[in-house]
Amino acid sequence: MYDLTAIASQVRRDVIRMISAVQSGHPGGSLGCADFFTVLYFDVLRHNPTTFTMDGKGEDLFFLSNGHLSAAWYSVLARSGYFPVRELGSFRKLNSRLQGHPTTHEGLPGIRMSSGSLGQGLSVGAGAGLAKKMNRDDHLVYVLTGDGELQEGQIWEAAMFAAARKIDNLIVTVDYNNKQIDGPVDQVVSLGNLRAKWEAFGWEVLEMNGNDIPDVQNTLGKARSQCGKEKPVVILMHTEMGFGVDFMMGTHKWHGSAPNAEQTAVALGQLKETVGDY
Amino acid sequence: MNPFPSTEKKETRAGFGDGLLELGKQNQDVVALSADLSGSLKMDAFIGVFPDRFIQVGIAEANMISIAAGLTIGGKIPFTGTFANFSTGRVYDQIRQSVAYSNKNVKICASHAGLTLGEDGATHQILEDIGMMRMLPNMTVIVPCDYNQTRAATLAIADYFGPVYLRFGRPKVPNFTPPDQPFEIGKAQKLVDGEDVTIIATGHMVWQALEAREILLEKGIRAEVINIHTIKPFDEEAVLNSVKKTGCVVTAEEHQRNGGLGDAVAQLLCRYYPAPVEMVAVNDSFGESGKPEELMVKYGLDSAHIIDAALKVGSRHS
Repeated sequence: MYDLTAIASQVRRDVIRMISAVQSGHPGGSLGCADFFTVLYFDVLRHNPTTFTMDGKGEDLFFLSNGHLSAAWYSVLARSGYFPVRELGSFRKLNSRLQGHPTTHEGLPGIRMSSGSLGQGLSVGAGAGLAKKMNRDDHLVYVLTGDGELQEGQIWEAAMFAAARKIDNLIVTVDYNNKQIDGPVDQVVSLGNLRAKWEAFGWEVLEMNGNDIPDVQNTLGKARSQCGKEKPVVILMHTEMGFGVDFMMGTHKWHGSAPNAEQTAVALGQLKETVGDY
Repeated sequence: MNPFPSTEKKETRAGFGDGLLELGKQNQDVVALSADLSGSLKMDAFIGVFPDRFIQVGIAEANMISIAAGLTIGGKIPFTGTFANFSTGRVYDQIRQSVAYSNKNVKICASHAGLTLGEDGATHQILEDIGMMRMLPNMTVIVPCDYNQTRAATLAIADYFGPVYLRFGRPKVPNFTPPDQPFEIGKAQKLVDGEDVTIIATGHMVWQALEAREILLEKGIRAEVINIHTIKPFDEEAVLNSVKKTGCVVTAEEHQRNGGLGDAVAQLLCRYYPAPVEMVAVNDSFGESGKPEELMVKYGLDSAHIIDAALKVGSRHS
């Protein structure tokens, strides 16, 4: 059993250190979703990090649709054994496998689809879920999207399709932090009644506090038990953008900005080094 | 006389449909998707025999491309089918990120390309797709010239790992290449030897090039005719060898002059063997409604325009 709280703290440290080192990246969403990533990779996924295969037969799959959360994803991939932890230091640098947004292009184990241009991951997950059904592979497909990302029309094409095709091996989590680059999602273009929208599209809808590790564990467990019932599952995951670093919380300003040296020191002072910095 | 007598006219899209059915029998991993145009793409036979390997996506092309990319994770070989317009311009970003950059084994099969779509008009007559697709790293671009070759190409791309754009059309056109021909991706086909001018054509324009060659021969001009069925990767050696012999080139394609086959030839020649080139292509304009053959004449995509271009390029050469 892993100490998930300890790992999540280390993931947050990785995120801050990686982004600070290149003065570039998206800390807010990565911090907000660090608990989710940690639970997913250390408690939920049935996967084989050291023998990564692109087709992922016989494994659960994860797709990051909001690719700008790359820092947190790279951290949990490295720390769960997909590639050496020290490689996190190459994030966003020249000749790195850890590109600004995730890509298969550089052959980084753990990544099966490039993402960054928003709105495509749900369709990809639906396709991968269909392939699993055709292959009679009873493993599951997980997708993370942003909430601002739901403004992309393709998301709703995929939502309609997945319900119509009864793709019930698909668990989508929405990072529902109500923040996007230009401000609160409510003010940019409101999502309205998001639960009612997903329900109307024919999905099983769950909600959780994405910054409460036991709640994330329980809700992902519920989501798994809802699979195989002819409906795809979506979890509205309430998170705080920037969670874990006080001055990054409660604002959309840290969506895509790097902390300076002084801010980095303050942030790291709030995040305990638990399993060792890279 | 034309060394390729055509016995019958058939649609290139029917070659795709028949090839897909054959593929279904040969390769269990092949799956087909359509965005509400399965009939137009002649996918009905495949759907009838392999209903569990057909995915109807509805009118949602972006979704279709990304679903296809997802299906490759699990080892499937997805063939997407819709009109060329909706296979490229409408979904460029999905292809760029989830197929080309991700190097997924998706086959984007595009019918009703170009002016020969006919009466539906310019909204549907895409003339920029070859350019868009050949600009993408990792993408292979194939434009077969008739039914038999489209069928052969459909079979061949399943055996090749990587993203492919396969472009074909709506109307019945002469079917003149052999049935059950081998299809070698990236290999130009020299159809007729000649010494005076090289005519390089693709798709529906290959037949027009053969017709033009007959008339040119009557005028004492011996044209070499090359079918470029694979626009990317481009068979540079075949083109250079021919142009070193003839010294001048006419390109012919059902596409914009910008970005298409003519551009590929010009780019090659200006780097390695500068020679006069005339391009038979649409010159920076949209199409319009009309019968396919009327449109091809109005927009300068017929054998008469190839002949004119050959005479012109010959005079520039000498």
